[in-house]
Amino acid sequence: MPKKVPTPTTSGTSAAPAAGTTPATGTTRKQAGINLRKIGATLGRNSVPIFFLVLSIVGIIAADLDINNLIYELIGRLSRNTFLVLSLLIPIMAGLGLNFGIVVGAMAGQAALIIVTHYGIGGLGGFALAALISVPISMVVGWLTAVVLNKAKGREMVTGMILGFFANGVYQLIFLVLLGWIIPMNNPAIMLPSGIGLKNTIDLIEISNALDRGLDFIWNGLVMFDIGSIPVGPWRIPILTLVVTALLAVVISFLIRTRLGQQMRAVGQDMHIAEVAGINVNRTRTIALIISTVLAAWGQLIFLQNMGTMNTYNSHEQVGTFAIAALLVGGATTRKATIWNAVVGVILFHTLFIVSPLAGQRLFGTPQVGEYFRVFLAYGVIAVALALHAWQAKVKSNRELRGE
Amino acid sequence: MSNTKLNANGNGNGSDLDNNRTQAQVQAQAQGAAGFLQKVGAAVSEFMKWYGVPRLIITCFLLVLIILAIIYKMDLGSLLGDSLTRVGMNGLLVLAMVPTITCGVGLNFGLPVGIICGLVGGVFSMSMDLTGFTGFFVAIALALPLSVIAGWLYGKLLEKVAGQEMMVGTYVGFSIVAGMAIFWLTAPIKNPSMIFAIGGQGLRYTLTLQDYFGGILNNFLAFDIVIGKFTMNVPTGLLLFFGLFCVLLYLFFRSRTGLAMLAVGSNPQYAASSGVNIRRMRYTGVIMSTVLGAIGILVYAQSYGFLQLYNAPLYMAFPAIAAILIGGATLRKATISQVIIGSVLFFTLLTTALPVVQTVLDGSEVGGGISEIARMIIQNGTILYALTRVGRR
Repeated sequence: MPKKVPTPTTSGTSAAPAAGTTPATGTTRKQAGINLRKIGATLGRNSVPIFFLVLSIVGIIAADLDINNLIYELIGRLSRNTFLVLSLLIPIMAGLGLNFGIVVGAMAGQAALIIVTHYGIGGLGGFALAALISVPISMVVGWLTAVVLNKAKGREMVTGMILGFFANGVYQLIFLVLLGWIIPMNNPAIMLPSGIGLKNTIDLIEISNALDRGLDFIWNGLVMFDIGSIPVGPWRIPILTLVVTALLAVVISFLIRTRLGQQMRAVGQDMHIAEVAGINVNRTRTIALIISTVLAAWGQLIFLQNMGTMNTYNSHEQVGTFAIAALLVGGATTRKATIWNAVVGVILFHTLFIVSPLAGQRLFGTPQVGEYFRVFLAYGVIAVALALHAWQAKVKSNRELRGE
Repeated sequence: MSNTKLNANGNGNGSDLDNNRTQAQVQAQAQGAAGFLQKVGAAVSEFMKWYGVPRLIITCFLLVLIILAIIYKMDLGSLLGDSLTRVGMNGLLVLAMVPTITCGVGLNFGLPVGIICGLVGGVFSMSMDLTGFTGFFVAIALALPLSVIAGWLYGKLLEKVAGQEMMVGTYVGFSIVAGMAIFWLTAPIKNPSMIFAIGGQGLRYTLTLQDYFGGILNNFLAFDIVIGKFTMNVPTGLLLFFGLFCVLLYLFFRSRTGLAMLAVGSNPQYAASSGVNIRRMRYTGVIMSTVLGAIGILVYAQSYGFLQLYNAPLYMAFPAIAAILIGGATLRKATISQVIIGSVLFFTLLTTALPVVQTVLDGSEVGGGISEIARMIIQNGTILYALTRVGRR
């Protein structure tokens, strides 16, 4: 029975966030129904995560998945993706919407990683060095992103997306053509046989799991025991990665309360009013984007050290799409996102990611159906979220027009 | 009115530049020479304004490539012939951008919606074992009602999200392509030449059109231009088909409905006050674009020789968008001539880049990479430029 309640919310999602905003005006009219309204509003506000929770549970049942195995996979995915998703929060606060430009940050992170790999510096020290090197690179590209996006106010998301494609071209130009041809570099281990350009996949043995197992000298994070006859584990918990991610969450929630954070929120609320109040709008947006880009670079580093290999020319392409889809699954909108949206979103989205090929295999006899289904979900979630947001904005502005 | 403004601007800029450059020389030189320089400067800056920066860059690129091709004694005839084919092949997809821009919806990033309809038409036409022109026109006939319905639904959605059409359109296109991949996998089609060899279900990634309607337009009335060693193949049918649709669209914009649509795009308030149904015009524009997308992909496929399913249509909107922007269109205004100019410039560049670069670099592995990278940078750079140009809605 409880499963059936949220299912109609698929169509109800459109009404849901609207319901979340109406009580502000509606409470004065109907005091009696306030409790019911409150419950409805809470349910409505969380309708997207609830829907995906139901979908995940159905998927788990259909795939007949071993829960231990699922949790093992999930811990890995949670630790390697959450940082990237968190890097989206600040631009949303500053009114820039979903920052599709984090792809550019991811490229900066990869550039730093290539440098570190080239010099063969490994371990936690190598990882830290890569993180350090990625800062100036991502600050510069983040600043460039901001210059472009400040020229396209009101179209930041589509511009950010195209900027990602454009930057991908420049990235390939540097690492596939110029490297070894104009930029002197000689390293047969990571370069193509012709001596020009990097290989398609680069092995990151030196740096593999450097952060995940950074605290191995204290505890290696292996969880394996039995409760009665039920086996629990084996899970491997990447302690340091989770600590770093949690630290970022703390820093972000601290940043929101600072003066800068308040300025960002003011800009996010209304650029013109912020401008009148004496806030330098373009500067605030630039800072938000630079922070986001640097965080995305680090996020990509965390992602890659967990994977252990890098697809030089593909690893970064889907970073934006998947991070954004995960955040939206967690119940965020293009104007409001919290740390919990990010965490819940990563868990739900990646549960579906693990489950859907297996479910597809069992239901349709081919895993491809499930694979296409999860891609469809990623794109579909973004499309629905964007459409909902734009529709609400239009309804709101229409109401304001009529009110005035 | 805007023209006079541009003129004034152009003159201003030109004289400024000129003053800087000639300050040292102007005393020594005769008054007439300075005046002449000033005129040239003004003319140049005016030309730049009129011609547009992206178009200028692309033209320069293209000229460099053609000069290189001549220097390296490449087969110009086949280069230009291939380019012509490529232009006709993509022309309709570029043309599909015009109705949406004109009716004020902007660039149609959701072109895959139409493309998918065309692919469905093509697939079912093939599954009926129809060949030649019958196959091609049945495919179009099947795609038409589908694309009208899809276009209407898509227009309905875009109406609701006014202001964010491009972003929503992109992701609606993406999700439809991904969703249709599931349909291709489970489609009830039994033609053994179309489905996977193993498993007995699911359409192949690319369907060969050789025995169906591959090259049907390209070969129609095709002839060779031969001047000495220079041999150039002209795909007459393809160009005629593209030309036909250009003329049809041109005539449409001279009609009552077309003029109303132009009014809606350029000044919605004015259009509404003169009794034009804005909503209906936007729907008409989106439906027209979707239909053109559907026919466009069939034209593309018959020329290419393959029907590409699954993820192939995912990024197909972007080259078309880049082409029309290179032609000089903006997010608000587009004409048929811009479609033709843009297609010719952009697709000739794409077609000639690969062989020329490969010849110049003497078959080194970098060649293929460079031209693909150049495509990415030019295509997305052009779109980026256009997006950062116009002020807020």
